Amino acid sequence: MEFVRKWVQVIAGFLMNGYWLFPWTRNIYQGPLKVLCAPGLNCYSCPAATTCCPLGALQQLLGGVRLAIASGQYFFGWYIVGAMGLMGGLLGRMICGWACPFGFFQELLHKLPSPKFEIPRGLRHLKFAILLFFVILLPLLAVDEFGLGAPWFCKYVCPAGTLEAGIPLLILQPGLRETIGFLFFGKFVIMTAFIAWAVMASRPFCRVACPLGAFYALFGKVRAVRLRLDEHKCTNCNACHQVCPMGVKFNESPDDTECITCLACMHQACKFDAISLEFCGLPLTGTRGKRLATTEKTG
Amino acid sequence: MANERKPGRKPDHPLQKAPLWLSLFFLALLLVGIAIDEPGRVLEQARQICLSCIGVG
Repeated sequence: MEFVRKWVQVIAGFLMNGYWLFPWTRNIYQGPLKVLCAPGLNCYSCPAATTCCPLGALQQLLGGVRLAIASGQYFFGWYIVGAMGLMGGLLGRMICGWACPFGFFQELLHKLPSPKFEIPRGLRHLKFAILLFFVILLPLLAVDEFGLGAPWFCKYVCPAGTLEAGIPLLILQPGLRETIGFLFFGKFVIMTAFIAWAVMASRPFCRVACPLGAFYALFGKVRAVRLRLDEHKCTNCNACHQVCPMGVKFNESPDDTECITCLACMHQACKFDAISLEFCGLPLTGTRGKRLATTEKTG
Repeated sequence: MANERKPGRKPDHPLQKAPLWLSLFFLALLLVGIAIDEPGRVLEQARQICLSCIGVG
Protein backbone atom coordinates (compact mmCIF):
# COMPACT_ATOMS: atom_id res chain seq x y z
CA MET A 1 0.00 0.00 0.00
CA GLU A 2 2.91 2.33 0.68
CA PHE A 3 4.02 1.74 -2.90
CA VAL A 4 0.56 2.74 -4.15
CA ARG A 5 0.52 5.83 -1.94
CA LYS A 6 3.90 6.96 -3.26
CA TRP A 7 2.65 6.63 -6.84
CA VAL A 8 -0.53 8.56 -5.99
CA GLN A 9 1.66 11.31 -4.50
CA VAL A 10 3.83 11.41 -7.63
CA ILE A 11 0.81 11.54 -9.95
CA ALA A 12 -0.96 14.18 -7.84
CA GLY A 13 2.22 16.26 -7.76
CA PHE A 14 2.54 15.95 -11.52
CA LEU A 15 -1.10 16.89 -12.16
CA MET A 16 -0.73 19.99 -10.00
CA ASN A 17 2.58 20.86 -11.66
CA GLY A 18 2.14 19.68 -15.22
CA TYR A 19 3.18 22.75 -17.18
CA TRP A 20 6.65 21.88 -18.45
CA LEU A 21 6.96 24.58 -21.11
CA PHE A 22 8.09 27.11 -18.52
CA PRO A 23 11.85 26.83 -19.31
CA TRP A 24 11.00 28.18 -22.78
CA THR A 25 8.19 30.60 -21.95
CA ARG A 26 10.00 31.77 -18.77
CA ASN A 27 6.60 32.45 -17.26
CA ILE A 28 3.90 30.73 -15.24
CA TYR A 29 1.01 28.75 -16.72
CA GLN A 30 -1.92 31.07 -17.44
CA GLY A 31 -4.50 28.66 -18.86
CA PRO A 32 -8.04 27.92 -17.70
CA LEU A 33 -7.08 25.01 -15.42
CA LYS A 34 -5.84 27.56 -12.92
CA VAL A 35 -9.41 28.08 -11.83
CA LEU A 36 -9.26 24.65 -10.17
CA CYS A 37 -8.31 24.46 -6.52
CA ALA A 38 -5.28 22.30 -5.69
CA PRO A 39 -6.07 19.88 -2.87
CA GLY A 40 -2.64 20.25 -1.26
CA LEU A 41 -0.17 23.05 -0.60
CA ASN A 42 1.14 24.02 -4.04
CA CYS A 43 2.08 27.61 -4.86
CA TYR A 44 0.20 28.93 -7.91
CA SER A 45 3.09 31.17 -8.80
CA CYS A 46 5.22 28.07 -9.34
CA PRO A 47 6.13 28.12 -13.07
CA ALA A 48 4.87 24.54 -13.48
CA ALA A 49 1.66 24.92 -11.44
CA THR A 50 -1.53 24.13 -13.34
CA THR A 51 -3.96 24.80 -10.46
CA CYS A 52 -4.46 27.55 -7.90
CA CYS A 53 -3.36 27.35 -4.29
CA PRO A 54 -6.45 27.43 -2.04
CA LEU A 55 -4.64 29.36 0.68
CA GLY A 56 -3.20 31.94 -1.71
CA ALA A 57 -6.54 32.41 -3.47
CA LEU A 58 -8.43 32.72 -0.17
CA GLN A 59 -6.03 35.34 1.18
CA GLN A 60 -6.26 37.33 -2.05
CA LEU A 61 -10.06 37.25 -1.91
CA LEU A 62 -10.18 38.24 1.77
CA GLY A 63 -7.61 40.98 1.20
CA GLY A 64 -9.68 42.45 -1.62
CA VAL A 65 -13.06 42.03 0.03
CA ARG A 66 -13.58 45.77 0.66
CA LEU A 67 -12.92 46.72 -2.94
CA ALA A 68 -15.11 43.85 -4.13
CA ILE A 69 -18.03 44.98 -1.97
CA ALA A 70 -17.55 48.57 -3.13
CA SER A 71 -17.94 47.37 -6.70
CA GLY A 72 -21.00 45.26 -5.87
CA GLN A 73 -19.23 41.90 -5.87
CA TYR A 74 -19.62 39.74 -2.78
CA PHE A 75 -16.42 37.72 -3.10
CA PHE A 76 -15.96 36.39 0.43
CA GLY A 77 -14.16 33.19 -0.61
CA TRP A 78 -17.28 31.05 -1.10
CA TYR A 79 -15.75 29.12 -3.98
CA ILE A 80 -12.43 28.44 -2.26
CA VAL A 81 -13.86 27.62 1.19
CA GLY A 82 -16.49 25.45 -0.53
CA ALA A 83 -13.82 23.52 -2.45
CA MET A 84 -11.60 23.13 0.62
CA GLY A 85 -14.54 22.10 2.80
CA LEU A 86 -15.81 19.61 0.24
CA MET A 87 -12.40 17.94 0.11
CA GLY A 88 -12.08 18.17 3.90
CA GLY A 89 -15.52 16.68 4.52
CA LEU A 90 -14.81 13.73 2.28
CA LEU A 91 -11.13 13.06 2.93
CA GLY A 92 -9.90 15.34 5.73
CA ARG A 93 -6.15 15.13 6.21
CA MET A 94 -5.95 12.11 3.94
CA ILE A 95 -5.17 14.78 1.34
CA CYS A 96 -2.00 15.64 3.28
CA GLY A 97 -0.90 12.03 3.11
CA TRP A 98 -1.82 11.29 -0.48
CA ALA A 99 -2.01 14.48 -2.55
CA CYS A 100 0.15 17.23 -1.06
CA PRO A 101 3.37 17.88 -3.03
CA PHE A 102 5.02 19.66 -0.11
CA GLY A 103 4.15 16.79 2.25
CA PHE A 104 5.65 14.34 -0.26
CA PHE A 105 8.78 16.50 -0.49
CA GLN A 106 9.16 16.36 3.29
CA GLU A 107 8.75 12.56 3.26
CA LEU A 108 11.58 12.29 0.75
CA LEU A 109 13.77 14.59 2.85
CA HIS A 110 13.14 12.44 5.92
CA LYS A 111 14.60 9.43 4.12
CA LEU A 112 18.03 11.10 4.09
CA PRO A 113 20.33 9.54 6.67
CA SER A 114 20.64 11.71 9.78
CA PRO A 115 19.88 11.65 13.51
CA LYS A 116 16.07 11.59 13.90
CA PHE A 117 14.11 13.52 16.52
CA GLU A 118 10.51 13.67 17.72
CA ILE A 119 8.45 16.86 17.48
CA PRO A 120 6.93 18.07 20.78
CA ARG A 121 3.16 17.47 20.58
CA GLY A 122 2.33 20.94 21.94
CA LEU A 123 3.69 22.56 18.74
CA ARG A 124 0.82 21.07 16.72
CA HIS A 125 -1.48 23.87 17.92
CA LEU A 126 0.62 26.55 16.24
CA LYS A 127 -0.81 25.77 12.81
CA PHE A 128 -4.34 26.66 13.96
CA ALA A 129 -3.08 30.07 15.09
CA ILE A 130 -1.36 30.53 11.72
CA LEU A 131 -4.61 29.64 9.93
CA LEU A 132 -6.63 32.07 12.03
CA PHE A 133 -4.23 35.02 12.00
CA PHE A 134 -2.07 34.76 8.86
CA VAL A 135 -4.68 33.35 6.47
CA ILE A 136 -7.93 34.91 7.71
CA LEU A 137 -7.71 37.82 10.16
CA LEU A 138 -4.61 39.71 9.00
CA PRO A 139 -5.49 39.67 5.25
CA LEU A 140 -9.02 40.72 6.19
CA LEU A 141 -8.25 43.40 8.77
CA ALA A 142 -4.74 44.78 8.17
CA VAL A 143 -5.34 46.85 5.06
CA ASP A 144 -3.40 49.60 3.30
CA GLU A 145 -4.63 53.07 2.34
CA PHE A 146 -6.49 51.59 -0.64
CA GLY A 147 -8.35 49.07 1.55
CA LEU A 148 -6.32 46.12 0.28
CA GLY A 149 -5.05 43.40 2.57
CA ALA A 150 -1.88 41.38 1.93
CA PRO A 151 -1.59 37.58 1.69
CA TRP A 152 0.24 37.40 5.03
CA PHE A 153 0.93 33.69 5.10
CA CYS A 154 2.25 33.62 1.55
CA LYS A 155 4.20 36.82 2.01
CA TYR A 156 5.89 36.14 5.33
CA VAL A 157 5.82 32.40 6.01
CA CYS A 158 5.08 29.93 3.21
CA PRO A 159 8.20 27.83 2.50
CA ALA A 160 6.44 26.10 -0.40
CA GLY A 161 6.10 29.45 -2.16
CA THR A 162 9.80 30.20 -1.75
CA LEU A 163 10.81 26.75 -2.93
CA GLU A 164 8.37 26.27 -5.80
CA ALA A 165 7.96 29.84 -7.02
CA GLY A 166 10.42 32.31 -5.49
CA ILE A 167 13.65 30.53 -6.38
CA PRO A 168 12.57 29.22 -9.84
CA LEU A 169 11.22 32.63 -10.89
CA LEU A 170 14.39 34.38 -9.78
CA ILE A 171 16.28 31.96 -12.04
CA LEU A 172 13.86 32.34 -14.97
CA GLN A 173 13.36 36.11 -14.75
CA PRO A 174 16.65 37.89 -13.97
CA GLY A 175 14.81 41.22 -13.68
CA LEU A 176 13.16 40.04 -10.48
CA ARG A 177 16.52 39.64 -8.75
CA GLU A 178 16.77 43.39 -8.30
CA THR A 179 13.60 43.38 -6.19
CA ILE A 180 14.67 40.87 -3.55
CA GLY A 181 15.35 42.13 -0.05
CA PHE A 182 14.85 41.28 3.60
CA LEU A 183 11.45 39.78 2.86
CA PHE A 184 12.87 37.18 0.51
CA PHE A 185 15.84 36.39 2.74
CA GLY A 186 13.55 36.00 5.74
CA LYS A 187 11.40 33.53 3.83
CA PHE A 188 14.53 31.78 2.56
CA VAL A 189 15.64 31.25 6.17
CA ILE A 190 12.19 29.84 7.08
CA MET A 191 12.32 27.49 4.08
CA THR A 192 15.84 26.33 4.89
CA ALA A 193 14.90 25.74 8.52
CA PHE A 194 11.91 23.59 7.58
CA ILE A 195 13.97 21.63 5.03
CA ALA A 196 16.66 20.91 7.62
CA TRP A 197 13.99 20.04 10.19
CA ALA A 198 12.27 17.69 7.72
CA VAL A 199 15.50 15.72 7.35
CA MET A 200 15.64 15.19 11.11
CA ALA A 201 11.93 14.92 11.96
CA SER A 202 8.93 13.56 10.11
CA ARG A 203 6.78 16.16 8.29
CA PRO A 204 7.51 19.12 10.59
CA PHE A 205 5.75 21.71 8.46
CA CYS A 206 2.57 19.61 8.22
CA ARG A 207 2.54 19.02 11.96
CA VAL A 208 3.52 22.48 13.19
CA ALA A 209 2.80 25.22 10.68
CA CYS A 210 0.61 24.22 7.73
CA PRO A 211 -2.68 26.18 7.78
CA LEU A 212 -4.17 23.98 5.07
CA GLY A 213 -3.46 20.93 7.24
CA ALA A 214 -5.04 22.83 10.15
CA PHE A 215 -8.18 23.45 8.07
CA TYR A 216 -8.45 19.79 7.06
CA ALA A 217 -7.77 18.79 10.68
CA LEU A 218 -11.06 20.49 11.64
CA PHE A 219 -12.77 17.60 9.84
CA GLY A 220 -10.88 14.95 11.84
CA LYS A 221 -14.00 13.59 13.57
CA VAL A 222 -16.56 14.11 10.81
CA ARG A 223 -14.85 13.15 7.58
CA ALA A 224 -16.24 10.45 5.32
CA VAL A 225 -13.04 8.41 4.83
CA ARG A 226 -11.34 7.57 8.10
CA LEU A 227 -9.62 4.84 10.05
CA ARG A 228 -11.51 2.94 12.74
CA LEU A 229 -10.08 1.15 15.74
CA ASP A 230 -11.70 -2.10 16.87
CA GLU A 231 -11.04 -1.98 20.61
CA HIS A 232 -11.95 -5.64 21.01
CA LYS A 233 -9.16 -6.69 18.68
CA CYS A 234 -6.56 -4.12 19.81
CA THR A 235 -4.00 -5.57 22.22
CA ASN A 236 -2.39 -2.18 22.97
CA CYS A 237 0.93 -3.49 21.70
CA ASN A 238 1.66 0.10 20.53
CA ALA A 239 3.11 -1.10 17.22
CA CYS A 240 1.05 1.63 15.48
CA HIS A 241 3.03 4.30 17.38
CA GLN A 242 6.26 3.25 15.73
CA VAL A 243 5.20 3.69 12.09
CA CYS A 244 3.06 6.83 12.20
CA PRO A 245 4.73 9.71 10.30
CA MET A 246 2.58 12.22 12.21
CA GLY A 247 3.35 10.98 15.71
CA VAL A 248 -0.21 9.75 16.28
CA LYS A 249 -0.75 7.11 18.98
CA PHE A 250 -3.63 5.54 17.12
CA ASN A 251 -4.76 3.05 19.75
CA GLU A 252 -4.98 5.89 22.30
CA SER A 253 -6.62 8.51 20.05
CA PRO A 254 -8.18 6.96 16.94
CA ASP A 255 -9.88 10.27 16.04
CA ASP A 256 -6.65 12.23 16.24
CA THR A 257 -6.82 15.31 14.01
CA GLU A 258 -3.21 14.73 12.93
CA CYS A 259 -4.00 11.41 11.21
CA ILE A 260 -3.25 11.69 7.48
CA THR A 261 -4.71 8.21 6.73
CA CYS A 262 -1.47 7.03 5.14
CA LEU A 263 -2.53 3.51 6.24
CA ALA A 264 0.93 2.70 7.63
CA CYS A 265 -0.54 1.64 10.98
CA MET A 266 -3.07 -0.61 9.28
CA HIS A 267 -0.76 -2.29 6.79
CA GLN A 268 2.70 -2.10 8.34
CA ALA A 269 2.08 -2.32 12.07
CA CYS A 270 -1.17 -3.91 13.26
CA LYS A 271 -1.09 -7.69 13.22
CA PHE A 272 -4.47 -8.07 14.87
CA ASP A 273 -6.74 -6.55 12.24
CA ALA A 274 -7.78 -3.91 14.76
CA ILE A 275 -7.54 -1.02 12.29
CA SER A 276 -9.80 -0.71 9.29
CA LEU A 277 -10.74 1.91 6.73
CA GLU A 278 -14.32 3.10 6.45
CA PHE A 279 -16.46 5.45 4.39
CA CYS A 280 -19.21 7.10 6.44
CA GLY A 281 -19.14 4.15 8.83
CA LEU A 282 -19.20 1.52 6.09
CA PRO A 283 -16.11 -0.73 5.99
CA LEU A 284 -13.84 -0.37 2.97
CA THR A 285 -11.26 -2.99 3.94
CA GLY A 286 -11.45 -6.72 4.43
CA THR A 287 -10.08 -8.96 7.13
CA ARG A 288 -6.38 -8.92 6.39
CA GLY A 289 -4.44 -10.35 9.28
CA LYS A 290 -7.43 -11.95 10.99
CA ARG A 291 -5.91 -15.40 10.81
CA LEU A 292 -2.59 -14.06 12.06
CA ALA A 293 -4.32 -12.34 14.96
CA THR A 294 -6.17 -15.48 15.90
CA THR A 295 -2.98 -17.53 15.70
CA GLU A 296 -0.98 -15.12 17.87
CA LYS A 297 -3.73 -14.65 20.46
CA THR A 298 -4.25 -18.36 20.87
CA GLY A 299 -0.51 -18.94 20.89
CA MET B 1 -27.71 -13.06 26.29
CA ALA B 2 -29.65 -10.35 24.53
CA ASN B 3 -26.55 -8.56 23.19
CA GLU B 4 -24.79 -11.68 21.98
CA ARG B 5 -24.33 -11.73 18.23
CA LYS B 6 -25.65 -14.74 16.37
CA PRO B 7 -22.96 -16.89 14.72
CA GLY B 8 -22.35 -15.89 11.11
CA ARG B 9 -24.19 -12.60 11.42
CA LYS B 10 -22.15 -9.63 10.22
CA PRO B 11 -21.71 -6.68 12.57
CA ASP B 12 -23.92 -3.70 11.90
CA HIS B 13 -22.29 -0.65 10.32
CA PRO B 14 -24.72 2.25 10.53
CA LEU B 15 -24.25 4.87 7.84
CA GLN B 16 -22.81 8.08 9.30
CA LYS B 17 -24.59 10.94 7.63
CA ALA B 18 -22.77 13.88 9.22
CA PRO B 19 -19.82 13.83 6.74
CA LEU B 20 -22.25 13.73 3.84
CA TRP B 21 -24.31 16.65 5.14
CA LEU B 22 -21.13 18.59 5.82
CA SER B 23 -19.84 17.89 2.32
CA LEU B 24 -23.19 18.96 0.86
CA PHE B 25 -23.01 22.21 2.84
CA PHE B 26 -19.58 23.01 1.40
CA LEU B 27 -20.73 21.95 -2.06
CA ALA B 28 -23.51 24.53 -1.68
CA LEU B 29 -20.90 27.17 -0.75
CA LEU B 30 -18.89 26.21 -3.82
CA LEU B 31 -21.94 26.58 -6.01
CA VAL B 32 -22.75 29.97 -4.48
CA GLY B 33 -19.20 31.04 -5.36
CA ILE B 34 -19.62 29.82 -8.93
CA ALA B 35 -23.00 31.57 -9.20
CA ILE B 36 -21.50 34.96 -8.31
CA ASP B 37 -18.50 34.39 -10.63
CA GLU B 38 -15.89 34.10 -7.92
CA PRO B 39 -13.87 31.59 -10.00
CA GLY B 40 -13.37 34.34 -12.56
CA ARG B 41 -11.68 36.48 -9.92
CA VAL B 42 -9.61 33.52 -8.72
CA LEU B 43 -8.49 32.81 -12.28
CA GLU B 44 -7.59 36.44 -12.82
CA GLN B 45 -5.36 36.36 -9.73
CA ALA B 46 -3.86 32.96 -10.45
CA ARG B 47 -2.77 33.99 -13.94
CA GLN B 48 -0.51 36.69 -12.52
CA ILE B 49 2.76 36.13 -10.70
CA CYS B 50 2.02 37.01 -7.10
CA LEU B 51 5.21 38.84 -6.12
CA SER B 52 4.06 39.14 -2.51
CA CYS B 53 3.41 35.40 -2.45
CA ILE B 54 6.96 34.55 -3.45
CA GLY B 55 8.55 37.11 -1.17
CA VAL B 56 9.99 39.48 -3.78
CA GLY B 57 7.23 42.07 -3.80
